[in-house]
Amino acid sequence: MDEKQDLNNSGYEIPEELRHQVTITTLEKIYNWGRSNSMWPMMFGLACCAIEMICTAASRYDFSRFGMEVMRPSPRQADVMIVAGTVTKKMLPQIVRLYNQMSLPKYVVAMGACASGGGPFKEGYSVVPGIDTYIPVDVYITGCPPTPQSLINGLNALQKKVMNEKMSESGWYAKEPAKEVPIPVLGPDVFDPRKSELIFAETHKQAETGDDIGEEGEPK
Amino acid sequence: MSDSSIQIEPSSADSTYNDLIAQFPGLIEMETRPGFTGVVVSTVAIRKVMLYLKEQCGFDYLTSLTAVDDFPEDKIELIYHLYKTTGSPIIELKLFTTRESPVVPSVMPVYPGADFQEREVWDLFGVHFEGHPDLRRLLLWEGFAGHPLRKDWKEPLFEEDVKPFKSRWPEGKGIHRESLNPFNDNVQYPKEFDPNGFTPDNDESVYKILQSKIPAGSDDLKVEHMIVNLGPQHPSTHGVFRMAALLEGEKVLALKPVIGYMHRNHEKIGERNTWLQNMPYTDRLDYLSSMSNNFGYALAVEKLLGIQPPERAEFLRVMMAELTRIASHAMAIGFLLNDLGAFFTPSLYALEERELILDIFESVAGSRMMCNYFRFGGVVRDITEADFKQVKKLVEDRLPRKIDDIDLYLTENEIVQARCEGVGVLTAEEAIAFSESGPMLRASGVPYDIRKADPYSIYDQLEFDVCYRQHGDVYDRYLVRLDEIRQSIRILQQVIKYMPQGPIQTGKVQYAVRVPAGEAYGRVEGPRGELGFYVVSDGKANPKRYHVRAPSLMNCTGLEKMCVGGKIADAVTILGAVDVVLGEVDR
Amino acid sequence: MNGKGLLKGLGLTFRHFFATYLVDLFDKNAKKRRGTIDADGLFTVQFPEESLVIPEEFRVIPFLIYTLDENNQRKYRCTACGICSKVCPTQCIWITRKKDPETGKPVTESEEFYIDIDKCMNCGSCAEFCPFDAIKMDHNFKIATYVRGETHILPKEKLGRPLEYYAKIRPNNYAAEEAERAAKAQPAQV
Repeated sequence: MDEKQDLNNSGYEIPEELRHQVTITTLEKIYNWGRSNSMWPMMFGLACCAIEMICTAASRYDFSRFGMEVMRPSPRQADVMIVAGTVTKKMLPQIVRLYNQMSLPKYVVAMGACASGGGPFKEGYSVVPGIDTYIPVDVYITGCPPTPQSLINGLNALQKKVMNEKMSESGWYAKEPAKEVPIPVLGPDVFDPRKSELIFAETHKQAETGDDIGEEGEPK
Repeated sequence: MSDSSIQIEPSSADSTYNDLIAQFPGLIEMETRPGFTGVVVSTVAIRKVMLYLKEQCGFDYLTSLTAVDDFPEDKIELIYHLYKTTGSPIIELKLFTTRESPVVPSVMPVYPGADFQEREVWDLFGVHFEGHPDLRRLLLWEGFAGHPLRKDWKEPLFEEDVKPFKSRWPEGKGIHRESLNPFNDNVQYPKEFDPNGFTPDNDESVYKILQSKIPAGSDDLKVEHMIVNLGPQHPSTHGVFRMAALLEGEKVLALKPVIGYMHRNHEKIGERNTWLQNMPYTDRLDYLSSMSNNFGYALAVEKLLGIQPPERAEFLRVMMAELTRIASHAMAIGFLLNDLGAFFTPSLYALEERELILDIFESVAGSRMMCNYFRFGGVVRDITEADFKQVKKLVEDRLPRKIDDIDLYLTENEIVQARCEGVGVLTAEEAIAFSESGPMLRASGVPYDIRKADPYSIYDQLEFDVCYRQHGDVYDRYLVRLDEIRQSIRILQQVIKYMPQGPIQTGKVQYAVRVPAGEAYGRVEGPRGELGFYVVSDGKANPKRYHVRAPSLMNCTGLEKMCVGGKIADAVTILGAVDVVLGEVDR
Repeated sequence: MNGKGLLKGLGLTFRHFFATYLVDLFDKNAKKRRGTIDADGLFTVQFPEESLVIPEEFRVIPFLIYTLDENNQRKYRCTACGICSKVCPTQCIWITRKKDPETGKPVTESEEFYIDIDKCMNCGSCAEFCPFDAIKMDHNFKIATYVRGETHILPKEKLGRPLEYYAKIRPNNYAAEEAERAAKAQPAQV
């Protein structure tokens, strides 16, 4: 398994004695190499997975070896948001707000079973079934909680993904500013403003037909 | 400073009940259902009875206040557990009210520690407490539809009443449950709800209360008073805990904790699980010390089942519980210093020791944090010779040296002393009134430790001291935790010396245990305080009610009193010394 | 002396700092001791190049054991009894029992077997209560993916691992179980 990123990719022959000093590569490769090796995570631990994230930052499984030791509390200065822990409905507007405040390029890693897909608490009334219902996610790491080695494996996968990105498809050199994700509102239950029409249709459909189907719309 | 043991007073709970019945004729009667204990008090007399218990009988500590929904009967029960900090058995008072119009007098004038618990019962059951100064929802937000812990309230992704679900076997197809929901999400809305015309509450209720605390006569200088939110996302690594503070310059005038950002409906899921399926869920309560949580739950259910684990299992349980205490306190000390500004270096020293303890958990129980090691009547697996030698090496050689290192490093540090001494003081009376427990209570001068006052497992055969201090400030809480690590090392050395051979489980572990009808309150001395589990069974394979008395939640009751008058920077330090873990505050 | 506490603390950190270099210089075996209980000096284990030994009881997501029969087809030990599915705290196991094509009666084999790894809490209850030693907990923690959707509901094919794999990752448990099976298979000596 080749974990090291090979920079020398343009096919030019370099003499043997200069191989350790000279590399011929493309601008995109150097750009991505610099970005992927200096990702700054945002200090954003929610629950038990946050403790494993702290243990990854501690001395045994140091992730400053990958350039990620600088954990910034401010979203403006962070590159990657590691959503570690259960996403509850009360916390959801804050998470989306923080995601909007991060500046491009930004990545999201869903750490743990709860952030990936709801986790063991999904059957309750106050847990969001996976953060990807509201914001786009780049890497999913399952486990309850994933061990620090598992998290480092996931972060390496994110680094590989960044190495393969193309500058022409990047969003931060586009003319328009990035589109913000609308912030969910806490009503009788949390709702996404993007789905307002659908919600209106559903709640008024039941009122009209007078059907006793139940509010979630599935037959009992 | 340590002290010798506390003796339990010879009077038992029954004599207190008889005394109460004699004092308040016609208003109190004994509980008659088999398997249930306590007395039933009539609603109008509850405050009088509580005042009598507190002032005449000396029951100064209210430990747990919860509710049980007796659907389909029209009844909601309220349960109060009380005891004396000088040592006594727990007495239980009950109140019956109706589901249609549940209005009950609040006991806050007598026991201020009932604050958060009454708000929680209002939030989850809909019981209105008259006389509570600030009855808002605690774990959910204002505007939420319904009271979730009532038995007839169904969640959006509801499948069946009890587990195991019939849809999984013998004809089961793997699907994501939210794909059946029309919104592809875990939500449900009331009929005729219009999202476009809806204005949310936006926390106005919290801000209104804070604004009412602005001192009068300062209308012309309004610019000096600011409301600042600390959290829910902030660099101190305690989790999603939010404090809304009213500041005058840098001085704190009022502070309200806002919680519920990690509410994972543990208790509702607990009612649906079978008794054994609840064990892995208890790991996730206080996720820094999962073995203690398992211990408390196993004790509560074993009281109902009436079984006792064999001796080797008891020794293994105590060994795991004390190792957890060391790991948790080391982490608490490390993160207290993180809050003070010593960015992460003391935490690294503490985390080294915690990693070695987690290695032992990984090779014995299978997982570093979520151990799932205890069963009803014993433990899952025996410890191998190699692991036993590791524990021995850790406890006899490495840990005493490293804890002395941390002591040398931090205790006499002038900056730590200047920032921690005299900050966040709670006197002994205030600590008891606010229902604090654990190191918070002991640092204020009350030497109450459940392992001595009401011993469970084999703690009555082991020699150790209760660690307590006098001043009740942040520095004393740090010193109490350091002392407790040393006492835990002492306990572990005795456990290793006297560990017997033998079986590790009474009987065979069954996955569908039928627990006889009744109620039980099992409690352990967790690293953060008294962790109690109140379980009610009606003879079936699933609990009827499952409630967790979380120490971190009760310890936060005194947060406002501790922070008011100090500076805003001290509020962060005080929160670090309270050592909250959001998994158990919000459950 | 004012400041003595600070100096003592700094003395400790300096001692630790120099130890991280000097221990490696003077002790050839220091690298093997890193991250273990005998470590003094550097504590870091450089994953993914180095890693600590994974203990036998470690549990991640479950897997089904199969052996290969004469036609090189997978023969799973699972009999679709349903106990693992009943015991799972999050109910993340779905089993469909196979029916005999002629008679329509259920056979002791599973037709479909799904585990949702987004709900699995790695508790190990399924492995603990399986009466046929058919489902066990895996050690593979390298499970990061780029997409979710249906790929996180693992079907039977993805869950299968050969018996030799199980013997390799859990040798002591395997030896104990084989001894039990051999003892049961022996007819009782009269």
